[in-house]
Amino acid sequence: MAEVLVYVDHVDGAVRKPTLELLTLARRIGEPVAVALGNGAGDTAAVLAEHGAVKVLTHEASEYADYLVVPKVDALQAAVEQVSPAAVLVPSSAEAKEVAARLALRIGSGIITDAVDVEAGAEGPVATQSVFAASFTTKSRVVKGTPVITVKPNSASVEAAPAAGTVEALSVTFSDKATGTKVTGRTARESTGRPELTEAAIVVSGGRGVNGAENFAIIEALADSLGAAVGASRAAVDAGWYPHTNQVGQTGKSVSPQLYIANGISGAIQHRAGMQTSKTIVAINKDAEAPIFDLVDYGVVGDLFDVVPQLTDEIKTRKG
Amino acid sequence: MSLRIVVTVKYVPDATGDRHFADDLTVDRDDVDGLLSELDEYAVEQALQISENSDDDVEVTVLTIGPEDAKDALRKALSMGADKAVHVEDDDLHGTDAIGTSLVLAKAIEKAGYDLVISGMASTDGTMGIVPALVAERLGVPQITLLSEVSVEGGTVTGRRDNDAASETLEASLPAVVSVTDQSGEARYPSFKGIMAAKKKPVESWDLSDLEIEADEVGLEGAWTKVDAANERPARTAGTIVKDEGEGGKQLAEFLAGQKFI
Repeated sequence: MAEVLVYVDHVDGAVRKPTLELLTLARRIGEPVAVALGNGAGDTAAVLAEHGAVKVLTHEASEYADYLVVPKVDALQAAVEQVSPAAVLVPSSAEAKEVAARLALRIGSGIITDAVDVEAGAEGPVATQSVFAASFTTKSRVVKGTPVITVKPNSASVEAAPAAGTVEALSVTFSDKATGTKVTGRTARESTGRPELTEAAIVVSGGRGVNGAENFAIIEALADSLGAAVGASRAAVDAGWYPHTNQVGQTGKSVSPQLYIANGISGAIQHRAGMQTSKTIVAINKDAEAPIFDLVDYGVVGDLFDVVPQLTDEIKTRKG
Repeated sequence: MSLRIVVTVKYVPDATGDRHFADDLTVDRDDVDGLLSELDEYAVEQALQISENSDDDVEVTVLTIGPEDAKDALRKALSMGADKAVHVEDDDLHGTDAIGTSLVLAKAIEKAGYDLVISGMASTDGTMGIVPALVAERLGVPQITLLSEVSVEGGTVTGRRDNDAASETLEASLPAVVSVTDQSGEARYPSFKGIMAAKKKPVESWDLSDLEIEADEVGLEGAWTKVDAANERPARTAGTIVKDEGEGGKQLAEFLAGQKFI
Protein backbone atom coordinates (compact mmCIF):
# COMPACT_ATOMS: atom_id res chain seq x y z
CA MET A 1 0.00 0.00 0.00
CA ALA A 2 1.23 3.49 -0.84
CA GLU A 3 2.55 5.63 1.96
CA VAL A 4 1.22 9.10 2.78
CA LEU A 5 3.40 11.66 4.55
CA VAL A 6 1.76 13.55 7.39
CA TYR A 7 3.51 16.66 8.72
CA VAL A 8 3.18 16.75 12.50
CA ASP A 9 2.24 20.00 14.22
CA HIS A 10 3.40 19.69 17.82
CA VAL A 11 4.55 21.83 20.71
CA ASP A 12 7.59 20.27 22.40
CA GLY A 13 6.28 16.80 21.67
CA ALA A 14 2.59 17.44 22.41
CA VAL A 15 0.77 16.67 19.15
CA ARG A 16 -1.94 19.16 18.24
CA LYS A 17 -5.38 17.82 17.37
CA PRO A 18 -5.41 18.80 13.64
CA THR A 19 -2.51 16.38 13.05
CA LEU A 20 -4.57 13.50 14.43
CA GLU A 21 -7.40 14.53 12.08
CA LEU A 22 -4.89 14.36 9.20
CA LEU A 23 -4.07 10.76 10.14
CA THR A 24 -7.77 9.89 9.72
CA LEU A 25 -7.72 11.40 6.23
CA ALA A 26 -4.32 9.90 5.34
CA ARG A 27 -5.61 6.39 6.11
CA ARG A 28 -8.17 6.80 3.30
CA ILE A 29 -5.34 7.20 0.80
CA GLY A 30 -2.64 4.91 2.15
CA GLU A 31 -0.42 4.13 5.12
CA PRO A 32 0.38 7.23 7.16
CA VAL A 33 4.05 8.02 7.73
CA ALA A 34 4.41 10.93 10.14
CA VAL A 35 7.23 13.49 10.06
CA ALA A 36 7.97 15.20 13.39
CA LEU A 37 10.64 17.89 13.61
CA GLY A 38 12.29 19.91 16.33
CA ASN A 39 12.39 19.76 20.10
CA GLY A 40 10.38 16.82 21.45
CA ALA A 41 9.91 15.18 18.03
CA GLY A 42 10.58 11.73 19.47
CA ASP A 43 7.87 12.17 22.10
CA THR A 44 5.15 12.37 19.45
CA ALA A 45 5.42 8.73 18.36
CA ALA A 46 3.10 7.06 20.89
CA VAL A 47 0.06 9.20 20.17
CA LEU A 48 0.73 9.13 16.41
CA ALA A 49 0.95 5.31 16.47
CA GLU A 50 -2.34 5.15 18.35
CA HIS A 51 -3.99 7.06 15.51
CA GLY A 52 -2.58 5.12 12.57
CA ALA A 53 1.03 6.14 11.88
CA VAL A 54 2.94 3.09 10.67
CA LYS A 55 6.20 5.00 10.88
CA VAL A 56 7.33 8.22 12.55
CA LEU A 57 10.31 9.98 10.99
CA THR A 58 11.93 12.31 13.49
CA HIS A 59 14.69 14.89 13.44
CA GLU A 60 15.67 17.22 16.25
CA ALA A 61 17.82 20.30 15.59
CA SER A 62 17.83 23.84 16.96
CA GLU A 63 17.42 25.23 13.42
CA TYR A 64 13.69 24.43 13.46
CA ALA A 65 13.05 26.93 16.25
CA ASP A 66 15.77 29.42 15.39
CA TYR A 67 14.96 30.04 11.71
CA LEU A 68 11.69 30.55 9.85
CA VAL A 69 10.12 27.95 7.52
CA VAL A 70 13.08 26.83 5.37
CA PRO A 71 14.68 24.22 7.71
CA LYS A 72 11.31 22.46 7.81
CA VAL A 73 11.10 22.54 4.02
CA ASP A 74 14.55 20.93 3.81
CA ALA A 75 13.46 18.17 6.20
CA LEU A 76 10.16 17.46 4.45
CA GLN A 77 11.96 17.33 1.13
CA ALA A 78 14.35 14.73 2.60
CA ALA A 79 11.33 12.74 3.85
CA VAL A 80 9.64 12.87 0.43
CA GLU A 81 12.84 11.65 -1.24
CA GLN A 82 13.17 8.80 1.27
CA VAL A 83 9.53 7.64 1.24
CA SER A 84 8.27 8.53 -2.30
CA PRO A 85 4.77 9.04 -0.87
CA ALA A 86 1.45 9.05 -2.74
CA ALA A 87 0.62 12.39 -1.12
CA VAL A 88 1.78 14.84 1.55
CA LEU A 89 -0.80 16.10 4.05
CA VAL A 90 -0.06 19.21 6.11
CA PRO A 91 -2.16 21.09 8.70
CA SER A 92 -3.38 24.51 7.52
CA SER A 93 -1.53 26.58 10.10
CA ALA A 94 0.13 29.78 8.90
CA GLU A 95 3.67 28.42 8.96
CA ALA A 96 2.83 24.88 7.84
CA LYS A 97 1.08 26.28 4.75
CA GLU A 98 4.23 28.19 3.82
CA VAL A 99 6.33 25.07 4.41
CA ALA A 100 3.96 23.03 2.21
CA ALA A 101 4.07 25.61 -0.59
CA ARG A 102 7.86 25.72 -0.80
CA LEU A 103 8.04 21.94 -0.58
CA ALA A 104 5.57 21.58 -3.48
CA LEU A 105 7.57 23.92 -5.68
CA ARG A 106 10.84 22.15 -4.89
CA ILE A 107 9.54 18.67 -5.67
CA GLY A 108 7.69 19.89 -8.78
CA SER A 109 4.23 19.23 -7.38
CA GLY A 110 0.94 21.05 -7.31
CA ILE A 111 -0.51 22.26 -4.01
CA ILE A 112 -4.05 22.62 -2.69
CA THR A 113 -4.55 24.61 0.51
CA ASP A 114 -7.26 24.74 3.17
CA ALA A 115 -9.05 21.54 2.19
CA VAL A 116 -12.06 20.66 4.36
CA ASP A 117 -12.11 17.04 3.18
CA VAL A 118 -9.80 14.64 1.34
CA GLU A 119 -10.89 11.41 -0.33
CA ALA A 120 -9.15 8.79 -2.43
CA GLY A 121 -9.96 9.10 -6.15
CA ALA A 122 -9.23 7.18 -9.35
CA GLU A 123 -6.74 9.88 -10.39
CA GLY A 124 -5.31 10.65 -6.96
CA PRO A 125 -6.66 12.32 -3.83
CA VAL A 126 -9.64 14.65 -4.28
CA ALA A 127 -9.71 17.70 -2.02
CA THR A 128 -12.85 19.58 -1.10
CA GLN A 129 -12.50 23.31 -0.44
CA SER A 130 -14.95 25.88 0.78
CA VAL A 131 -14.44 29.14 -1.17
CA PHE A 132 -15.79 32.68 -1.66
CA ALA A 133 -16.67 33.07 2.01
CA ALA A 134 -17.98 29.49 2.05
CA SER A 135 -20.63 30.24 -0.60
CA PHE A 136 -19.13 27.62 -2.94
CA THR A 137 -17.67 24.14 -2.52
CA THR A 138 -15.02 22.97 -4.98
CA LYS A 139 -13.45 19.58 -5.68
CA SER A 140 -9.86 19.72 -6.91
CA ARG A 141 -6.92 17.48 -7.67
CA VAL A 142 -3.20 17.92 -8.04
CA VAL A 143 -2.33 16.91 -11.60
CA LYS A 144 1.46 17.16 -11.45
CA GLY A 145 3.87 15.47 -9.08
CA THR A 146 3.10 14.26 -5.55
CA PRO A 147 -0.09 15.94 -4.28
CA VAL A 148 0.63 18.36 -1.43
CA ILE A 149 -2.58 19.21 0.43
CA THR A 150 -3.06 21.38 3.50
CA VAL A 151 -6.16 20.65 5.58
CA LYS A 152 -8.10 22.96 7.89
CA PRO A 153 -8.69 22.00 11.52
CA ASN A 154 -11.99 20.23 12.35
CA SER A 155 -12.18 18.71 8.85
CA ALA A 156 -12.20 15.10 10.06
CA SER A 157 -12.80 13.22 13.28
CA VAL A 158 -9.96 11.90 15.41
CA GLU A 159 -10.06 8.09 15.24
CA ALA A 160 -8.15 5.45 17.17
CA ALA A 161 -6.42 3.11 14.69
CA PRO A 162 -3.43 1.49 16.37
CA ALA A 163 -0.41 0.95 14.12
CA ALA A 164 3.28 0.21 14.59
CA GLY A 165 4.51 3.80 14.78
CA THR A 166 8.09 2.69 14.34
CA VAL A 167 10.42 5.60 15.04
CA GLU A 168 13.14 6.24 12.46
CA ALA A 169 15.65 9.06 12.48
CA LEU A 170 15.29 11.21 9.38
CA SER A 171 18.56 12.28 7.82
CA VAL A 172 18.45 15.99 6.98
CA THR A 173 21.06 18.21 5.38
CA PHE A 174 20.09 21.87 5.69
CA SER A 175 20.32 23.97 2.54
CA ASP A 176 22.32 27.20 2.47
CA LYS A 177 18.98 29.08 2.53
CA ALA A 178 17.92 27.46 5.83
CA THR A 179 19.33 30.20 8.02
CA GLY A 180 18.05 33.14 5.96
CA THR A 181 15.44 34.40 8.41
CA LYS A 182 16.49 34.37 12.04
CA VAL A 183 14.04 34.25 14.94
CA THR A 184 15.61 36.80 17.29
CA GLY A 185 12.97 36.64 20.01
CA ARG A 186 9.89 34.73 21.03
CA THR A 187 7.27 35.71 23.57
CA ALA A 188 4.85 32.93 24.40
CA ARG A 189 1.24 33.99 24.48
CA GLU A 190 -0.36 33.91 27.88
CA SER A 191 -2.55 30.84 28.16
CA THR A 192 -6.23 31.54 28.77
CA GLY A 193 -6.91 27.91 29.68
CA ARG A 194 -9.53 27.82 26.90
CA PRO A 195 -9.35 25.59 23.82
CA GLU A 196 -7.49 26.81 20.73
CA LEU A 197 -9.93 28.79 18.58
CA THR A 198 -9.54 26.82 15.33
CA GLU A 199 -9.63 23.46 17.09
CA ALA A 200 -12.51 24.05 19.52
CA ALA A 201 -15.75 22.08 19.28
CA ILE A 202 -17.69 25.14 20.46
CA VAL A 203 -16.89 28.80 19.73
CA VAL A 204 -18.62 31.73 21.47
CA SER A 205 -18.02 35.06 19.70
CA GLY A 206 -18.74 38.68 20.47
CA GLY A 207 -19.13 41.60 18.09
CA ARG A 208 -20.02 45.26 17.94
CA GLY A 209 -23.06 44.67 20.17
CA VAL A 210 -20.80 43.72 23.10
CA ASN A 211 -19.97 47.40 23.23
CA GLY A 212 -16.73 47.53 25.19
CA ALA A 213 -13.72 45.46 26.26
CA GLU A 214 -15.01 45.07 29.83
CA ASN A 215 -18.27 43.56 28.55
CA PHE A 216 -16.41 40.64 26.97
CA ALA A 217 -16.48 39.12 30.46
CA ILE A 218 -20.05 37.94 29.86
CA ILE A 219 -18.98 36.35 26.54
CA GLU A 220 -16.10 34.61 28.33
CA ALA A 221 -18.42 33.42 31.10
CA LEU A 222 -20.75 31.82 28.53
CA ALA A 223 -17.75 30.25 26.77
CA ASP A 224 -16.43 28.83 30.04
CA SER A 225 -19.82 27.34 30.93
CA LEU A 226 -19.60 25.33 27.68
CA GLY A 227 -15.84 24.70 27.65
CA ALA A 228 -15.68 26.81 24.49
CA ALA A 229 -13.13 29.06 22.79
CA VAL A 230 -13.81 32.81 22.55
CA GLY A 231 -13.93 34.57 19.19
CA ALA A 232 -14.48 38.18 18.16
CA SER A 233 -15.67 39.95 15.03
CA ARG A 234 -13.42 42.38 13.18
CA ALA A 235 -15.49 45.29 14.52
CA ALA A 236 -14.77 44.21 18.10
CA VAL A 237 -11.07 43.66 17.38
CA ASP A 238 -10.64 46.94 15.49
CA ALA A 239 -12.28 48.72 18.42
CA GLY A 240 -9.57 47.23 20.65
CA TRP A 241 -12.00 45.21 22.78
CA TYR A 242 -10.43 41.80 22.13
CA PRO A 243 -7.07 40.55 20.74
CA HIS A 244 -6.58 40.03 17.01
CA THR A 245 -5.55 36.41 17.63
CA ASN A 246 -9.20 35.74 18.48
CA GLN A 247 -10.63 37.36 15.35
CA VAL A 248 -12.96 35.17 13.32
CA GLY A 249 -13.38 36.11 9.68
CA GLN A 250 -11.66 36.68 6.39
CA THR A 251 -8.58 38.35 7.86
CA GLY A 252 -8.63 36.36 11.06
CA LYS A 253 -9.23 32.72 11.86
CA SER A 254 -11.55 30.50 9.95
CA VAL A 255 -13.43 28.15 12.29
CA SER A 256 -15.65 25.17 11.70
CA PRO A 257 -16.86 24.01 15.13
CA GLN A 258 -19.83 21.82 16.04
CA LEU A 259 -21.51 24.87 17.57
CA TYR A 260 -20.97 28.58 16.90
CA ILE A 261 -22.70 31.17 19.07
CA ALA A 262 -22.61 34.73 17.64
CA ASN A 263 -23.39 37.46 20.15
CA GLY A 264 -24.03 40.99 18.92
CA ILE A 265 -22.56 40.16 15.50
CA SER A 266 -24.47 41.38 12.45
CA GLY A 267 -22.94 38.82 10.10
CA ALA A 268 -21.16 40.84 7.41
CA ILE A 269 -19.47 38.87 4.60
CA GLN A 270 -16.10 39.47 6.31
CA HIS A 271 -17.32 37.53 9.36
CA ARG A 272 -19.36 34.87 7.55
CA ALA A 273 -16.24 33.90 5.60
CA GLY A 274 -14.73 32.64 8.83
CA MET A 275 -17.64 30.74 10.40
CA GLN A 276 -20.18 29.76 7.77
CA THR A 277 -19.12 26.11 7.72
CA SER A 278 -19.90 25.63 11.42
CA LYS A 279 -22.28 22.71 11.96
CA THR A 280 -24.83 24.42 14.21
CA ILE A 281 -25.08 28.22 14.31
CA VAL A 282 -26.83 30.21 17.01
CA ALA A 283 -27.12 34.01 17.23
CA ILE A 284 -28.27 36.58 19.72
CA ASN A 285 -28.83 40.06 18.30
CA LYS A 286 -31.05 43.05 18.99
CA ASP A 287 -31.63 43.67 15.29
CA ALA A 288 -34.13 41.20 13.82
CA GLU A 289 -32.92 42.20 10.35
CA ALA A 290 -29.25 41.29 10.98
CA PRO A 291 -27.94 39.04 8.16
CA ILE A 292 -26.56 36.58 10.73
CA PHE A 293 -30.15 35.35 11.25
CA ASP A 294 -30.14 33.98 7.67
CA LEU A 295 -27.53 31.45 8.78
CA VAL A 296 -28.82 30.33 12.14
CA ASP A 297 -30.34 27.12 13.34
CA TYR A 298 -31.64 29.02 16.33
CA GLY A 299 -31.75 32.77 16.88
CA VAL A 300 -32.84 35.01 19.69
CA VAL A 301 -33.84 38.58 18.86
CA GLY A 302 -33.03 40.39 22.05
CA ASP A 303 -30.54 42.30 24.16
CA LEU A 304 -27.46 40.14 24.67
CA PHE A 305 -26.97 41.70 28.11
CA ASP A 306 -30.24 40.03 29.17
CA VAL A 307 -30.07 36.84 27.13
CA VAL A 308 -26.43 35.80 27.55
CA PRO A 309 -26.25 35.87 31.38
CA GLN A 310 -29.57 34.02 31.57
CA LEU A 311 -28.24 31.41 29.13
CA THR A 312 -25.00 31.03 31.11
CA ASP A 313 -26.92 30.57 34.38
CA GLU A 314 -29.26 28.03 32.80
CA ILE A 315 -26.33 26.03 31.39
CA LYS A 316 -24.64 26.01 34.79
CA THR A 317 -27.88 24.89 36.46
CA ARG A 318 -28.42 22.11 33.94
CA LYS A 319 -24.82 20.95 34.25
CA GLY A 320 -25.27 21.02 38.03
CA MET B 1 22.32 54.14 -1.14
CA SER B 2 19.15 53.35 -2.88
CA LEU B 3 16.40 50.90 -2.05
CA ARG B 4 14.17 49.37 -4.70
CA ILE B 5 10.88 48.06 -3.36
CA VAL B 6 8.51 45.99 -5.48
CA VAL B 7 4.99 45.64 -4.08
CA THR B 8 2.93 42.79 -5.54
CA VAL B 9 -0.79 43.54 -5.73
CA LYS B 10 -3.83 41.68 -7.01
CA TYR B 11 -6.96 42.90 -8.71
CA VAL B 12 -9.80 40.84 -7.22
CA PRO B 13 -13.58 40.62 -7.51
CA ASP B 14 -15.27 42.66 -4.76
CA ALA B 15 -15.87 40.32 -1.81
CA THR B 16 -19.18 42.01 -1.08
CA GLY B 17 -20.38 41.23 -4.64
CA ASP B 18 -22.00 38.01 -5.80
CA ARG B 19 -18.81 36.09 -6.62
CA HIS B 20 -19.03 32.94 -8.70
CA PHE B 21 -17.19 30.73 -11.16
CA ALA B 22 -17.00 30.98 -14.96
CA ASP B 23 -17.78 27.96 -17.18
CA ASP B 24 -14.13 26.86 -17.18
CA LEU B 25 -14.20 26.89 -13.33
CA THR B 26 -11.90 29.91 -13.06
CA VAL B 27 -12.99 32.90 -10.99
CA ASP B 28 -15.57 34.90 -12.91
CA ARG B 29 -14.23 38.42 -13.34
CA ASP B 30 -16.87 39.84 -15.67
CA ASP B 31 -19.98 40.05 -13.53
CA VAL B 32 -18.53 41.44 -10.30
CA ASP B 33 -16.68 44.75 -9.99
CA GLY B 34 -12.96 44.40 -9.40
CA LEU B 35 -10.70 46.35 -7.09
CA LEU B 36 -7.26 46.39 -5.46
CA SER B 37 -7.36 43.55 -2.91
CA GLU B 38 -7.85 45.16 0.49
CA LEU B 39 -5.06 43.08 2.01
CA ASP B 40 -2.62 44.43 -0.59
CA GLU B 41 -3.33 48.02 0.46
CA TYR B 42 -1.46 47.21 3.68
CA ALA B 43 1.57 46.16 1.61
CA VAL B 44 1.50 49.41 -0.37
CA GLU B 45 1.16 51.36 2.89
CA GLN B 46 4.19 49.69 4.48
CA ALA B 47 6.27 50.30 1.35
CA LEU B 48 5.36 53.99 1.46
CA GLN B 49 6.15 54.21 5.17
CA ILE B 50 9.54 52.57 4.65
CA SER B 51 10.16 55.06 1.86
CA GLU B 52 9.12 58.05 4.00
CA ASN B 53 11.20 56.94 6.99
CA SER B 54 14.34 56.31 4.97
CA ASP B 55 17.24 58.64 4.28
CA ASP B 56 17.99 56.56 1.22
CA ASP B 57 16.67 57.09 -2.22
CA VAL B 58 13.68 54.71 -2.25
CA GLU B 59 11.72 53.74 -5.33
CA VAL B 60 8.39 51.91 -4.94
CA THR B 61 7.18 49.88 -7.92
CA VAL B 62 3.78 48.17 -7.83
CA LEU B 63 3.43 44.99 -9.84
CA THR B 64 0.33 43.11 -10.86
CA ILE B 65 -0.64 40.24 -13.12
CA GLY B 66 -4.08 40.33 -14.65
CA PRO B 67 -6.36 41.37 -17.47
CA GLU B 68 -6.70 44.93 -18.79
CA ASP B 69 -8.94 46.01 -15.88
CA ALA B 70 -6.20 45.12 -13.39
CA LYS B 71 -4.67 48.51 -14.25
CA ASP B 72 -7.27 49.94 -11.84
CA ALA B 73 -5.45 48.26 -8.97
CA LEU B 74 -2.14 49.76 -10.11
CA ARG B 75 -3.73 53.18 -10.49
CA LYS B 76 -5.04 53.01 -6.92
CA ALA B 77 -1.59 52.09 -5.57
CA LEU B 78 0.01 54.88 -7.60
CA SER B 79 -2.51 57.38 -6.25
CA MET B 80 -1.62 56.25 -2.72
CA GLY B 81 1.94 57.26 -3.54
CA ALA B 82 3.86 54.47 -5.32
CA ASP B 83 6.32 55.75 -7.93
CA LYS B 84 5.71 53.49 -10.91
CA ALA B 85 3.90 50.37 -11.98
CA VAL B 86 4.33 47.20 -13.99
CA HIS B 87 1.39 45.33 -15.48
CA VAL B 88 1.97 41.77 -16.67
CA GLU B 89 -0.80 40.99 -19.12
CA ASP B 90 -1.09 38.07 -21.51
CA ASP B 91 -4.11 36.04 -22.66
CA ASP B 92 -2.14 32.86 -21.97
CA LEU B 93 -2.13 33.69 -18.24
CA HIS B 94 -5.86 32.98 -17.85
CA GLY B 95 -6.36 30.26 -15.22
CA THR B 96 -2.81 30.33 -13.81
CA ASP B 97 -2.50 28.66 -10.37
CA ALA B 98 -0.42 29.82 -7.37
CA ILE B 99 2.71 27.98 -8.51
CA GLY B 100 2.47 29.59 -11.97
CA THR B 101 1.70 33.00 -10.46
CA SER B 102 4.87 32.80 -8.38
CA LEU B 103 6.88 32.06 -11.54
CA VAL B 104 5.54 35.12 -13.34
CA LEU B 105 5.97 37.35 -10.28
CA ALA B 106 9.53 36.16 -9.67
CA LYS B 107 10.55 36.78 -13.30
CA ALA B 108 8.91 40.21 -13.31
CA ILE B 109 10.46 41.16 -9.95
CA GLU B 110 13.90 40.20 -11.29
CA LYS B 111 13.36 42.15 -14.48
CA ALA B 112 12.18 45.21 -12.53
CA GLY B 113 15.14 45.01 -10.15
CA TYR B 114 14.57 44.78 -6.38
CA ASP B 115 16.05 44.90 -2.91
CA LEU B 116 12.77 44.25 -1.11
CA VAL B 117 9.50 42.65 -2.17
CA ILE B 118 6.39 43.41 -0.10
CA SER B 119 3.14 41.47 -0.46
CA GLY B 120 -0.16 41.28 1.39
CA MET B 121 -0.87 38.27 3.64
CA ALA B 122 -3.23 36.64 1.11
CA SER B 123 -5.57 37.62 -1.69
CA THR B 124 -9.21 38.13 -0.78
CA ASP B 125 -10.39 35.80 -3.57
CA GLY B 126 -8.06 32.78 -3.59
CA THR B 127 -7.06 33.30 0.09
CA MET B 128 -4.24 30.73 -0.10
CA GLY B 129 -1.59 32.98 1.48
CA ILE B 130 1.32 31.06 -0.03
CA VAL B 131 2.49 33.22 -2.93
CA PRO B 132 5.05 35.27 -0.90
CA ALA B 133 6.71 32.03 0.31
CA LEU B 134 6.74 30.68 -3.26
CA VAL B 135 8.25 33.89 -4.63
CA ALA B 136 10.99 33.75 -1.96
CA GLU B 137 11.72 30.13 -2.88
CA ARG B 138 11.99 31.05 -6.56
CA LEU B 139 14.15 34.13 -5.96
CA GLY B 140 16.35 32.25 -3.48
CA VAL B 141 16.12 35.05 -0.91
CA PRO B 142 14.86 35.05 2.72
CA GLN B 143 11.13 35.17 3.38
CA ILE B 144 10.10 37.26 6.36
CA THR B 145 6.36 36.93 6.23
CA LEU B 146 3.04 37.60 7.97
CA LEU B 147 4.48 40.58 9.77
CA SER B 148 2.36 42.88 11.89
CA GLU B 149 5.32 45.27 12.17
CA VAL B 150 8.14 45.81 9.71
CA SER B 151 11.15 48.09 9.43
CA VAL B 152 14.21 48.37 7.25
CA GLU B 153 17.54 49.72 8.36
CA GLY B 154 20.74 49.47 6.41
CA GLY B 155 20.67 46.13 4.67
CA THR B 156 18.46 44.44 7.26
CA VAL B 157 14.71 43.95 7.52
CA THR B 158 13.18 43.18 10.91
CA GLY B 159 9.63 42.50 11.93
CA ARG B 160 7.17 40.93 14.32
CA ARG B 161 5.16 37.83 13.45
CA ASP B 162 2.24 36.92 15.71
CA ASN B 163 1.62 33.19 15.73
CA ASP B 164 -1.05 31.30 17.66
CA ALA B 165 1.31 30.24 20.40
CA ALA B 166 3.86 33.05 20.44
CA SER B 167 4.86 36.40 19.07
CA GLU B 168 8.22 36.24 17.26
CA THR B 169 10.70 38.88 16.23
CA LEU B 170 12.46 38.11 12.97
CA GLU B 171 15.44 39.40 11.07
CA ALA B 172 16.74 38.88 7.53
CA SER B 173 19.24 40.46 5.19
CA LEU B 174 18.21 42.19 1.99
CA PRO B 175 17.26 41.26 -0.62
CA ALA B 176 14.20 39.64 0.95
CA VAL B 177 10.49 38.94 0.51
CA VAL B 178 8.15 40.40 3.13
CA SER B 179 4.44 39.91 3.62
CA VAL B 180 2.39 42.06 5.98
CA THR B 181 -0.93 41.43 7.74
CA ASP B 182 -3.92 43.71 8.21
CA GLN B 183 -2.49 44.48 11.66
CA SER B 184 0.52 46.30 10.18
CA GLY B 185 -1.22 49.66 10.05
CA GLU B 186 -4.21 51.21 8.35
CA ALA B 187 -3.71 52.03 4.69
CA ARG B 188 -3.96 55.66 3.64
CA TYR B 189 -6.65 57.01 1.34
CA PRO B 190 -5.41 58.53 -1.90
CA SER B 191 -5.48 62.33 -1.74
CA PHE B 192 -6.86 64.40 -4.60
CA LYS B 193 -3.30 65.46 -5.36
CA GLY B 194 -2.23 61.82 -5.33
CA ILE B 195 -4.98 60.85 -7.73
CA MET B 196 -3.97 63.63 -10.15
CA ALA B 197 -0.26 62.77 -9.87
CA ALA B 198 -0.95 59.07 -10.50
CA LYS B 199 -2.22 59.87 -13.99
CA LYS B 200 1.28 60.97 -14.99
CA LYS B 201 3.18 58.07 -13.41
CA PRO B 202 4.64 55.43 -15.74
CA VAL B 203 2.86 52.05 -16.14
CA GLU B 204 4.88 49.51 -18.10
CA SER B 205 3.17 46.54 -19.76
CA TRP B 206 4.98 43.24 -20.10
CA ASP B 207 3.81 40.00 -21.66
CA LEU B 208 5.10 36.45 -21.26
CA SER B 209 7.74 36.84 -23.98
CA ASP B 210 9.17 39.89 -22.16
CA LEU B 211 9.65 37.59 -19.15
CA GLU B 212 10.94 34.65 -21.23
CA ILE B 213 8.14 32.40 -19.98
CA GLU B 214 6.60 29.82 -22.31
CA ALA B 215 2.81 29.77 -22.61
CA ASP B 216 2.61 26.14 -21.47
CA GLU B 217 4.29 26.97 -18.14
CA VAL B 218 1.24 29.01 -17.05
CA GLY B 219 -2.50 29.31 -17.64
CA LEU B 220 -5.19 26.73 -17.09
CA GLU B 221 -3.33 24.08 -19.14
CA GLY B 222 -0.03 24.71 -17.36
CA ALA B 223 -1.58 24.57 -13.87
CA TRP B 224 -0.37 21.81 -11.53
CA THR B 225 -3.82 21.60 -9.95
CA LYS B 226 -7.24 21.15 -11.51
CA VAL B 227 -10.68 22.14 -10.25
CA ASP B 228 -13.12 19.39 -11.26
CA ALA B 229 -16.28 20.87 -9.79
CA ALA B 230 -17.55 24.04 -8.15
CA ASN B 231 -21.00 24.01 -6.59
CA GLU B 232 -22.90 26.71 -4.81
CA ARG B 233 -23.36 25.76 -1.21
CA PRO B 234 -27.03 25.06 -0.55
CA ALA B 235 -28.60 27.82 1.53
CA ARG B 236 -28.88 26.82 5.16
CA THR B 237 -32.39 25.74 6.02
CA ALA B 238 -34.25 28.46 7.89
CA GLY B 239 -33.85 28.09 11.62
CA THR B 240 -36.09 28.93 14.54
CA ILE B 241 -36.04 32.59 15.54
CA VAL B 242 -37.61 33.70 18.80
CA LYS B 243 -38.05 37.16 20.26
CA ASP B 244 -36.77 37.52 23.80
CA GLU B 245 -39.75 38.12 26.07
CA GLY B 246 -37.71 37.54 29.21
CA GLU B 247 -37.07 33.82 28.69
CA GLY B 248 -34.81 33.99 25.58
CA GLY B 249 -31.75 32.64 27.38
CA LYS B 250 -33.68 29.71 28.83
CA GLN B 251 -35.27 28.93 25.47
CA LEU B 252 -31.84 28.91 23.86
CA ALA B 253 -30.53 26.60 26.60
CA GLU B 254 -33.44 24.25 25.87
CA PHE B 255 -32.45 24.21 22.17
CA LEU B 256 -28.78 23.53 23.03
CA ALA B 257 -29.76 20.73 25.42
CA GLY B 258 -31.92 19.18 22.67
CA GLN B 259 -28.85 19.23 20.38
CA LYS B 260 -26.79 17.57 23.17
CA PHE B 261 -24.47 20.55 23.61
CA ILE B 262 -25.34 20.74 27.31
